[in-house]
Amino acid sequence: MPLEETVAPAGTLTTQLDAALGWARKYSIFQYPFVTACCGMEYMATAASHYDMDRFGAGFPRFSPRQADVLMVVGTISHKIAPVLRRIYDQMPEPKWVIAFGVCTCTGGFYNNYATVQGIDTIVPVDLYIPGCPPRPETVIQGLTLLQEKIQKTGGRPRA
Amino acid sequence: MSVDPVRGEHREIAAARNREELAALKAEGYGVLVDLTCVDYQAQGKSPRFDVIYRLMKLDAAAGRDLGRLEVHCAVGEEPVLRSVRSLWPVADWLEREVWDMFGVRFADRPDIKRLLMYEEFVGHALRKDYPIARRQPLIGPKSGDKANSPSFNILKPTITGE
Repeated sequence: MPLEETVAPAGTLTTQLDAALGWARKYSIFQYPFVTACCGMEYMATAASHYDMDRFGAGFPRFSPRQADVLMVVGTISHKIAPVLRRIYDQMPEPKWVIAFGVCTCTGGFYNNYATVQGIDTIVPVDLYIPGCPPRPETVIQGLTLLQEKIQKTGGRPRA
Repeated sequence: MSVDPVRGEHREIAAARNREELAALKAEGYGVLVDLTCVDYQAQGKSPRFDVIYRLMKLDAAAGRDLGRLEVHCAVGEEPVLRSVRSLWPVADWLEREVWDMFGVRFADRPDIKRLLMYEEFVGHALRKDYPIARRQPLIGPKSGDKANSPSFNILKPTITGE
């Protein structure tokens, strides 16, 4: 009798714990939308029924960072609000991921001036960049599926 | 003299007498302070360097009609010459703070004026023509703008520390 059949009865699937956790986590994303600017409209369009982000398991925005695992930074981040964003990030429990939504969060966009953070990756680690000004809902959903791939691969191990 | 229909008549007054002159204009019927702003003429070599601009409107509130506009310029330098017009128009409070924040123009009777837009730690005044366009003053994060502990997005080779 092969070993697999004695340990695991027929009809069960063996896998790594990381992979199983990653699979479970990627379809239950609780995102915290940190919305500061016009990209928020596109976030709402993506979340609402027409594009329906809920189909991908990310339908429930939590407005407390302590209950969220994906921080979506949506809109221009100024130097004045940067410490607030960092504090929100620090308050989130592990495992956590960060999405930079729109060019302003990716690089500062066209706000190359005294007031704007030139990319939020200077203040928090970013897992996924969604470019666009603002990004189309299709782009956001593609980004979300790519983030799900990343969550699946890493299994939600906390960052060292 | 042609009068711009939007900006109205252009008038220059002495900065030292700004509150008296503006109070007289308000009594004359220019009851709305539309805007209070500033222009830096350093590149044009003007002395004194700044123009603080009060834009006024005569409003017929009952009929909702604009009865004429006025643009009042006060030439000032960095020394506190102007007086606050908060007592005439309460909205001037924030506008004067913005002028101080962005241009560093002081008001004689507001020695402890606070910045409006930028944070307290910000050094300098961002809309002055001699403010370096590339200068950055981040509260957190590196001044050079280098990426800090950032796993770049690469699905084939996820850069997760600890692997």
